[in-house]
Amino acid sequence: MMCPYGKDYLIMSVRSLFLPIKSVGTFINCIFSSILDFFISAFDVVFSILQRWIGIRGMPYVFALPNLLIFGIFILFPMLLNFVYAFTGGIEFFPDRRPWVGTANFEQLLTCEDFIDPNTCYEDLFWRAVFNTSGYVISQVGLMVIISLITALVLNRNIKARGFFRSVYFYPVLLSPIVVALIWKWILQENGLLNGNIAGLGYDKVPFMVNAQWARFWVVIISVWAFMGFYTLILLAGLQSIPSELYEAAKIDGANDWQLFRCITLPLLMPTMLVVLVLSSIRAVQIFDVVFAFTGGGPGTATLYLVQYIYEKGFSSPSKQFGLAAGASLLMAGTLIVLTLIQLLLRREEA
Amino acid sequence: MSAVTTFLARRCGHTKLNITDIITYLYLFFGVVIMFGPILWLVLSSFKTAAEVIKFPPRLLPYRQDTIVVEGYDDPLPLFEVTLDDGSTIKLAQVRRIGLEGQMIDPANPGEIIKVHINDRKPIESVVFGLENYIEGVQSFNFGRYLRNSVVVTVFATILTLLINSMAAFALSKYRFRGRTTIFLIMIGTLMVPLSVVLVPVFLVITKVGWNNNLLGVIVPGAATPTGVFLLRQYMLTIPDELIDAARIDGASEWRIYSQIILPLARPALAVLTIFSVMWRWNDFLWPLIVLSRSEFFTLQVGLNSFQGELNVQWHLILAMTMLTLLPITVVFAFLQRHITTGIATTGLK
Repeated sequence: MMCPYGKDYLIMSVRSLFLPIKSVGTFINCIFSSILDFFISAFDVVFSILQRWIGIRGMPYVFALPNLLIFGIFILFPMLLNFVYAFTGGIEFFPDRRPWVGTANFEQLLTCEDFIDPNTCYEDLFWRAVFNTSGYVISQVGLMVIISLITALVLNRNIKARGFFRSVYFYPVLLSPIVVALIWKWILQENGLLNGNIAGLGYDKVPFMVNAQWARFWVVIISVWAFMGFYTLILLAGLQSIPSELYEAAKIDGANDWQLFRCITLPLLMPTMLVVLVLSSIRAVQIFDVVFAFTGGGPGTATLYLVQYIYEKGFSSPSKQFGLAAGASLLMAGTLIVLTLIQLLLRREEA
Repeated sequence: MSAVTTFLARRCGHTKLNITDIITYLYLFFGVVIMFGPILWLVLSSFKTAAEVIKFPPRLLPYRQDTIVVEGYDDPLPLFEVTLDDGSTIKLAQVRRIGLEGQMIDPANPGEIIKVHINDRKPIESVVFGLENYIEGVQSFNFGRYLRNSVVVTVFATILTLLINSMAAFALSKYRFRGRTTIFLIMIGTLMVPLSVVLVPVFLVITKVGWNNNLLGVIVPGAATPTGVFLLRQYMLTIPDELIDAARIDGASEWRIYSQIILPLARPALAVLTIFSVMWRWNDFLWPLIVLSRSEFFTLQVGLNSFQGELNVQWHLILAMTMLTLLPITVVFAFLQRHITTGIATTGLK
């Protein structure tokens, strides 16, 4: 788009006050592109000097440097440092003052008389978190895959206003976890909308937030509510990539709807389904913020999940046990790496 | 009647609505209720008065009692509909309530006080979308400060992310240099490990750099996203190298090639990354929670969470503040929903 320069701006800015939105948009666009032009030219001076000095062969390093620097300092280095924390003990924060303890942290985390019962474990909180997280991952991922699959199949039918419905299901994905948690807390609290309706039907109020089983149940429902739009979109894209000739050919051969679904849709959608399965499990293992704002881990430790355990050990409990937090996060990272490797393998098979 | 149903069920160039179609639309309608219902309930509740909010069972619409200003009384008086002994009803304003008895006056004749048993009066209410919760909330919640912090974090982090990610992607996709494969592999490797598992050491690094309670500590660490680099690199690989060679022959510097050939051509990928970055940053919670401990640096999400912790019972304020936090992202979605949904469907990342 052409942008007027110099005094034309003034004329435009005055005119844009009276003209329709379109010219205001043009005006804003022009401001942006002229600012951008200024920066590009300013950087060009610096980069040209650099280029004369180190030559074209050195330039890729210059381009990669800012990203690599931040990446190295804030992602790569902390990852290595995590091992230092995991193998040292004490309550000191700075690594040089922490005594080497070998695998003591891991022993502490993994010592259990009976692995089925968290009460017999040395670090019972960790095992509660592990059990809670496993239960959550299994039920949430299962429900998520089923519901997003049904929704994707429905949206893939020849329906009116598909774009609208797709947006409706997707909208909660954009909401922040805190907002999601507060919306549902407001509905599920003791005197909330749901209990109001239950009381209206003549039943007793249900303590959704106080009962451990109910709290776990709602955490699963809320996360499915919040994220299903995302997986539905991926599955919908997968469904739309199935060539329609296959269905037509099968119909000519006399296949019914159920056979079409079982013998064409399901097998061809399998790779996408597996991607959804792995992506949603990776996400589910890391569940934190929604639950933190919704139940805060309670009642008791009913909804205490792994990341919150790490957060509490490392940051919010009075005696900060960084070693345990780091050890637990390494164990969690191991799980995530396994899950991601599965995904990469599946992607390769798909390609 | 049957003519009407046939007319309603009629479809262009298609047979009648069959049972699966009906189930489909029922499902979709049910979905709209489930997805939008909670948000609608939040919107309606946020306009309710503090008294109406704690009322049980809750009512759908934000009712509030009508009031009237009567001469001789400073505050507006609440209006009631009173059933008199003879069965007729009149509108009276209540001056005060003593036990089971209300002292009421007729607004038309304020001199005379009528005593009414509280069972004989019914409040006169109407639906009002009042902004008191929003005003009071903004004042007690320091909304402006949090909003400013969130906007600063989102805007600067997104600009920084786009700039350094696209530069790195340019280097990785358009040059052959020693260490390219290594860099790429390390980045892919760290794609697997989310920031939530390196909390403790990252906190140490931020402390050493001195960015505790500094918005820079929220902005910078997440800017070098491997995801962003990967996304942009894949897109830039599709841009033909001949363009670059031609520009070089014309004497363009490498920076000019990057900024005026590659960037404009990579616009679709940059747009997707912008949308994601804005979403990540606006909604981010765990990171700011760790880096920021002084409330004047809180972002909206951290502020909202601590607000609900402090004021566990003041739902009317929490609801209004939740609305304000949700509004910006909703407006963005309303304008860009097509781009967002197709962007996610094609790249499959969030």
